[in-house]
Amino acid sequence: MIEIEKVRKSFGQLEVLKGIDLTVKNGEVVTIIGGSGSGKSTLLTCINGLEPIDSGSIKVDGQDVHDKRTNLNKLREKIGIVFQQWNAFPHLTVLENVTLAPRKVLKMSKAEAEEIAVRQLRHVGLGEKLSTYPGRLSGGQQQRMAIARALAMSPEYMLFDEVTSALDPQLVGEVLDTLRMLASEGMTMICVTHEMKFAREVSDRVAFFHKGVMAEIAPPEELFGAPKTAELQQFLAATH
Amino acid sequence: MFNTSLGIDDLIFLAQGAGMTILVTAIAVAIGTVLGIAFGIFRYQAGPVLAAPVTFVLDLFRSIPLLIQLVLANAFIGTVLRLKMSGFTVACAVLSLYTAAYCAEIVRGGIQAVPSNTRRAARSLGMSWFQDMTHIVLPLATRIALPSWIGLALGVMKDSALVYVVQVTELLKSTQILITRLQEPLFLLLICGAFYFIISFPIARFGGYLEKRWSND
Ligand SMILES: Nc1ncnc2c1ncn2[C@@H]1O[C@H](COP(=O)(O)OP(=O)(O)OP(=O)(O)O)[C@@H](O)[C@H]1O
Ligand SMILES: [Mg+2]
Repeated sequence: MIEIEKVRKSFGQLEVLKGIDLTVKNGEVVTIIGGSGSGKSTLLTCINGLEPIDSGSIKVDGQDVHDKRTNLNKLREKIGIVFQQWNAFPHLTVLENVTLAPRKVLKMSKAEAEEIAVRQLRHVGLGEKLSTYPGRLSGGQQQRMAIARALAMSPEYMLFDEVTSALDPQLVGEVLDTLRMLASEGMTMICVTHEMKFAREVSDRVAFFHKGVMAEIAPPEELFGAPKTAELQQFLAATH
Repeated sequence: MFNTSLGIDDLIFLAQGAGMTILVTAIAVAIGTVLGIAFGIFRYQAGPVLAAPVTFVLDLFRSIPLLIQLVLANAFIGTVLRLKMSGFTVACAVLSLYTAAYCAEIVRGGIQAVPSNTRRAARSLGMSWFQDMTHIVLPLATRIALPSWIGLALGVMKDSALVYVVQVTELLKSTQILITRLQEPLFLLLICGAFYFIISFPIARFGGYLEKRWSND
């Protein structure tokens, strides 16, 4: 379970998160939508401790992410994250990209790590690309590799930050299919996305961020069907 | 075609000078690169306040002509510190720091060029700062910085000619000694140039080879 309570965060003068409360239960898929600069990416990077917070708390399985005593490297083993772009380690083959962390962080043997990596890469449809370098992959393949790489750590939570927004339209589908597959397998996920159709389909709940505030959160039928705030109504009108 | 009084002994003498050039350069580039990586990481990682003194010293080494550094260092070590240090040691020490100063900038630039999300991806997988550095950042920075680093190594090799001021007889100094004796300046300089080329060529080719290999990634 991820418990986010009253989280505030500023970059200098700019307050980016203005008291966010959100609890994500195991097996739940929450998508976050909202305008540019509303703090969506920042929240994800606070959840795995890449960014510090100013106040409030984020707990993952009861463990406080921002407590000085928390071993972040250890905690991150169970939180996978995939960014919009620049996920790949370009100097390593696809297989090496996926085996690196299991070997170095989880101290797996090469054979063991490769077995898991191959399984995950097949899972996302990259079983034929093991010895390819990421530079030779399409954007969609790179994103799927990044997903496989995160999955190879056997995370309990997956965070996705607009993983399709840097892709050509014809490549978006294959990556979203991968996310759908994960959701159907019961992975606990928080997905920041601009794909409204996708959000409607996979989410248990959809959260709408506006200027650092979680303005609305509801199951997709409700949020898309009967938006309460004027901001969300405007946002949805603009994205259709 | 032409007559020369250059004998086989003289060629051996030149080759010894070339050997000294290679030795001083190799030591300076090796030590300078290790120090440069350390300073480069420090400059990148430490806040501006902490990094300022290091930056200042490195800037000194980069802006004062090497010849002056060698003469001053030699005088300082001999008369102020009253240490008995061979010209060779002084030459290697000064040239190493000179190399380190340039290398630190190259390293810092290389690290900065690694996309921050790539590093975040590494840390997000549970890798420590050190694991991120050794497995992701430095390998990528090396690829980015290699051409500049090769340029630096070649430059240091040519600049090493200046260590004659601390009584180290390297290639150029050997050539000058022969010129004084044989009075055949153009021919000897041509041979000296050929020696420099022979030393440089493998370094440049090796760099080219690595670049090509890595660009296939
Ligand atoms: N490291 C940083 N330093 C300073 N300001 C930052 C930093 N990261 C983000 N910001 C600012 O914080 C605000 C929120 O950024 P964030 O990336 O969380 O928005 P977002 O909702 O993900 O937007 P988008 O949809 O464009 O990705 C923006 O105004 C951004 O400029
Ligand atoms: Mg964002």
